[in-house]
Amino acid sequence: MISRLETVNVSKRYDHLQALDNVNIGVLSGRIVSIVGVNGAGKTTLLKILAGLDTMNEGKILVDGKEASQEELRACSTMVFQKSIMFSGSVYDNVAYGLRIHHVPSRDTRKRVLSALKIVNLESFEKRKANKLSSGEQQRVAIARALVIDRDVLLIDEPTANLDPTNTTIIEQGMKEAAKSHIVLLSTHNLSQAKRLSERIIHLHKGHMIEENDTASFFANPMEERTKLFLDGELNF
Amino acid sequence: MDLGEEVVALDPIIQGIIQAIELIISGDPEVYRITELSLIISISGTALSCIWSIPISAVLALRNLPGKRVIKGLFNALIGIPTVALGLYLYLMLSRAGPFGYFHLMYTPSAIIIGQCILVTPIVVSFTTSALESVDPEVRTLAKTLGASGMQMDAVVLREARAGVLLAIVAAFNRAFAELGVAIMLGGNIRDLTRVLTTAIALQTEMGDISLSLALALILLSIVMTLSVILSFARRSST
Repeated sequence: MISRLETVNVSKRYDHLQALDNVNIGVLSGRIVSIVGVNGAGKTTLLKILAGLDTMNEGKILVDGKEASQEELRACSTMVFQKSIMFSGSVYDNVAYGLRIHHVPSRDTRKRVLSALKIVNLESFEKRKANKLSSGEQQRVAIARALVIDRDVLLIDEPTANLDPTNTTIIEQGMKEAAKSHIVLLSTHNLSQAKRLSERIIHLHKGHMIEENDTASFFANPMEERTKLFLDGELNF
Repeated sequence: MDLGEEVVALDPIIQGIIQAIELIISGDPEVYRITELSLIISISGTALSCIWSIPISAVLALRNLPGKRVIKGLFNALIGIPTVALGLYLYLMLSRAGPFGYFHLMYTPSAIIIGQCILVTPIVVSFTTSALESVDPEVRTLAKTLGASGMQMDAVVLREARAGVLLAIVAAFNRAFAELGVAIMLGGNIRDLTRVLTTAIALQTEMGDISLSLALALILLSIVMTLSVILSFARRSST
């Protein structure tokens, strides 16, 4: 079980765009940490690097104090994307995918899939075609699909963007459940969601880490001027 | 031409269709032998082509290769290759004086199978490549973050593109099943050996046996159309 995930001077460039610039964060298990920031802040890029899905130009990532390779990061984490992508087939097939490719016995697979579907209130949806579900239901399937493989690090990118309150509540409950035994890093620009769910908040802006603080202090007494502007909705892209 | 003359002109066609239906219903052995041989040859040619065409498509769609665009363009261009031209080229290759004459393949079903599998390769490659490329690239990323290996990621993309791959295979089969040039030049239209639906239709029409020609043409059309209907159902249920 991983208890700490850190980035050390992580930088990422795309051609002429500096997506991340010397980002240093630390996340502990058993809590939700939110990354907030305006569009283009580098939130998704950071999550993709932590998930081992993208490379960095400079810096390193430490897992329990030890430098981790891209493969090692992929082995200990999983990511839920903003746009929920469904494999063709049933809800069950989607959630079971990560277990089947690792040849988990079908009995165990069934037990784990049903338990994950229960967390996101989709127990009765197992036979439904995933592509025919609403976007909120698809996002709940995506959360269940990530939870079922039980990786130590769960990276969730804007999971409730454009979703109705009911689906949002169910997904948030799923994330809280996951945070009991995982490192959960949530990227969001929904500040009320970050306030509701997280113990700590990281503010990114144009690839720079502006502030990392506990939730109460972040909202009540932000240390940085740009965080104050962001909270007031006055920080430009 | 008045109405009476038109009816008289249509009469042989209507008669031919009635006789054709009678031939099919009565289970005429010649009709069924030709149909069976056609199916065996075209299914074999298509299946053989899929063995290399699908992996080629996977490489073209999912890997970064130098000259990839040129290769794809070449396969696209070869879709429209005239079957007679291909037949002639293969005739020169397989005939006794040709480089592969040693194998004595001319005028055998194997020669037609070879010709048809070469003929349909560009169809399978082009259609399958475009089906694989149309899958959302994020599907691979999703599979990756759920722990899939490189091969498993490719398998996921192939699975997501299966309706398009199926379309490619059916289109290839239809092309092989309905072509005449390769079958007649490499097979020679030998009764009970290399006579397939298209060569038989051409021969019987030339000989004036319209009813047999029509019976064979009806079978040809109904197989092609049945496959298209099955394909559309399969595509609908695969989503």
